[in-house]
Amino acid sequence: MSPLSPRTTTATDRDPAISISGLVKTFGQVRALDGLDLTVSKGEVHGFLGPNGAGKTTTIRILLGLLRADAGEVRLLGGDPWRDAVALHRRLAYVPGDVSLWPKLTGGEIIDVFARLRGDIDPVRRDELLERFELDPTKKARTYSKGNRQKVGLVAALASNAELLILDEPTSGLDPLMESVFQDCVREVKEQGRTVLLSSHILAEVEALCDRVHIIRNGRTVESGTLSELRHLTRTSIDVQTERPLDGLDGLKGVHDLHVDGTRARFDVDTAHLDEAIRHLSGFGIRSLNSRPPTLEELFLRHYGDELARERRANGRPAPTPEGAAR
Amino acid sequence: MMTELTGTATLVRFTVRRDRVRVLVWIASIALLELLTAANTKEIYSTQAALDKAAAAARGNPAAIALTGPDQALDTMGGQVAFQIGTIGLVAVALMAVFMIGRTTRAEEEAGRAELIRAMAVGRHAATAAALIVVAGMSAATGVIVTLGLIGLDLPTHGSVLFGVSLCAEGLVFAGVATVAAQLTENTRLVFGGSGTVLGAAFLLRAAGDIGDGTLSWFSPIGWSQKTRPFAGDRWWPLLVPAAFTLALAVVGAVLSTRRDVDAGFIRPRPGPRTGTAALGRPLGLALRLQRGSLIGWSVGLFAAGAAIGWIADDVKDLVGDNEAIRKTIAQFGGADLTDSYLSTQMLFGALVAAGFALQAALRLRGEETALRVEPLLATAVSRGRWVFSHLVVALSGSVIVLAAGGLGCGLVYGLVIKDAGQIPRMLGAALVYTPALWLFVGLAALLFGLFPRGVAVAWGALAACFVIGLLGEVLELPDWVKDFSPFEHTPRLPGADLTALPLTVLTALAIAAAGTGLLTFQRRDMF
Repeated sequence: MSPLSPRTTTATDRDPAISISGLVKTFGQVRALDGLDLTVSKGEVHGFLGPNGAGKTTTIRILLGLLRADAGEVRLLGGDPWRDAVALHRRLAYVPGDVSLWPKLTGGEIIDVFARLRGDIDPVRRDELLERFELDPTKKARTYSKGNRQKVGLVAALASNAELLILDEPTSGLDPLMESVFQDCVREVKEQGRTVLLSSHILAEVEALCDRVHIIRNGRTVESGTLSELRHLTRTSIDVQTERPLDGLDGLKGVHDLHVDGTRARFDVDTAHLDEAIRHLSGFGIRSLNSRPPTLEELFLRHYGDELARERRANGRPAPTPEGAAR
Repeated sequence: MMTELTGTATLVRFTVRRDRVRVLVWIASIALLELLTAANTKEIYSTQAALDKAAAAARGNPAAIALTGPDQALDTMGGQVAFQIGTIGLVAVALMAVFMIGRTTRAEEEAGRAELIRAMAVGRHAATAAALIVVAGMSAATGVIVTLGLIGLDLPTHGSVLFGVSLCAEGLVFAGVATVAAQLTENTRLVFGGSGTVLGAAFLLRAAGDIGDGTLSWFSPIGWSQKTRPFAGDRWWPLLVPAAFTLALAVVGAVLSTRRDVDAGFIRPRPGPRTGTAALGRPLGLALRLQRGSLIGWSVGLFAAGAAIGWIADDVKDLVGDNEAIRKTIAQFGGADLTDSYLSTQMLFGALVAAGFALQAALRLRGEETALRVEPLLATAVSRGRWVFSHLVVALSGSVIVLAAGGLGCGLVYGLVIKDAGQIPRMLGAALVYTPALWLFVGLAALLFGLFPRGVAVAWGALAACFVIGLLGEVLELPDWVKDFSPFEHTPRLPGADLTALPLTVLTALAIAAAGTGLLTFQRRDMF
């Protein structure tokens, strides 16, 4: 009983909010999840990244008890997401990527429906959020645009006191202004010590909010860690101007896309080999040096881009097939 | 002016291509309804004596006049045919026009597709003009087919042509009505509602006019098409009224459309409540709210249908007279008393229609699932069982309400006509006896929802089969084991038959078992 009761979390505070290992889910012939691992610690904002069709939504639907896992271990807030669905749902809030609403009800009514069905409602926070997201709650859902429907889902979730927020690409359709309101709200949620699982393919959003990220592809975890850990796996872009003409750069380990023009050079270097590259450059007398840390986007692209390129070469085909893409 | 209509021809072709099935089904079903009824009328009243008798019966019967149409040369074959197929055909064509206009104008705007079209090299009035042209074409096609059919049935050519043209005129008038309604409101359902109200008023005005001296019928678009007196004097000039009216409505619609923004209407939608009530925050309250409109609509519809049935019930004896064919048809449904046989047959028909509500309400479960509205709901502290239960409760209790509405309408009006308050509980009972049959359909829907969610449409097939068994079982001489599949065949045909508890108990038990199995299997399956 104790793991499900919101009041007795002290004993389990060290436990992760979400822990998944070896998760498998098949739909007919398609293996949507193929041994996925995911751990989300309490109090963190965790990015869940992957291209379309990677299995993000399937994972979330299993966490919500909407789908049953075929194999693997899934624990959510110390409980079993299928068996303990109702008790667990009192402690979490969910926003789908495409919020579908009852056309005849107003936005305000729908927010209250969700709040009441979950169990708690904070009218003050609700009204404050309505104002921040600039949402008119007296309009029938039929008349809402995609962005406004998304806001209804966000207000309903953010107005709750849930300890875990599961957000599945929650900002699709929001304009940049609302995107920044959303980011502020998530930071507040984090300050309150609550946990967020943020599935996204908007990398700037993940970079701005997430402590740790998980990258999945074809139903498997391909990378996970803190952002700095992951950046370590990727490349830094260097633009350098030296006193003496540059030489010998192409012999260095980990240097890519090198362009040398007398005393000026532009190249990318694997972050693991950054130190050697800088040592080498300093031998020529550095006049100016610009370095750009890798963005998550580059990490993402590199991860998938390299793989795609490899597959294309291997298959001799212009586009990769889903099966061929599996590692 | 010409640039305002640029692209009209393309849009006409596009609409016909996109809606080709819909267009053909509308035209074919109206033409079939008209011509089959006409052929049937010709067969039943095959002698002048039969025509005279029918004319006399109708003349002294305000209820029949109110329902079917004015008394115009009913003792001739043409007049009798126009009487039988006139009003119903005019209403059908009007509905066709309203639905097609609403669908091709306001619904397109509401879906945001009109915006795409308007962003192209397309004139301001092209979409509306195209819609009007398509509906005019459909009305004309219907009129031509009906005209040819009537001529084929050896009816006078002049009257047949006039009848067809009057039918077409009705479509044009209501195309105009719907066009104006589509300018006034932002919501397609309100376009249908508003135009439907005009149609209802037109029907009532002509009913009152036809019973009286005919003056009021001149204020009704349905009346205009009947003032041409097809087969009963054949005059063309009354068609000037619908022609002028249609033109005026088209102009009003065009003027209104230039004074509003795309997507907007003249009637601003009222803001709704800021907050949800506590009742809405419970699964049952939410399910009830979501299905409220449909429940009210079905109840009102069945009450009205019941009232119409009750209104003419006492006249069945006179209408049928000594016509052996009809007498036999009605009597085969059991019961020696002709009125009771008629009432029990109509009750069966009403119950079959009400089963449509039962299915629709129960299949809301699947609708909510495929619309992805259940996911966030089940991500709250609502169990799957509670959610399914909430919609099943609405479907089960709604079935009782809808049946009761039909029985009440019938009993109330029939009781008023024959001055016998006892008919109210009697007809109420005759309708409610079908409750277990409707519940079985709710159970079937729940079972399919749990076991074969992708195949829930099978339930509609089952209902269609029950329609065939119930209405055509005798005619088609279906074997008993086939008929036994329909729960309606196991329900006592009240009034007239004996009320037996056993079949009703079995049906209820089956319904509960099916619903329970559906609930249990749903709790074990994936959502998709």
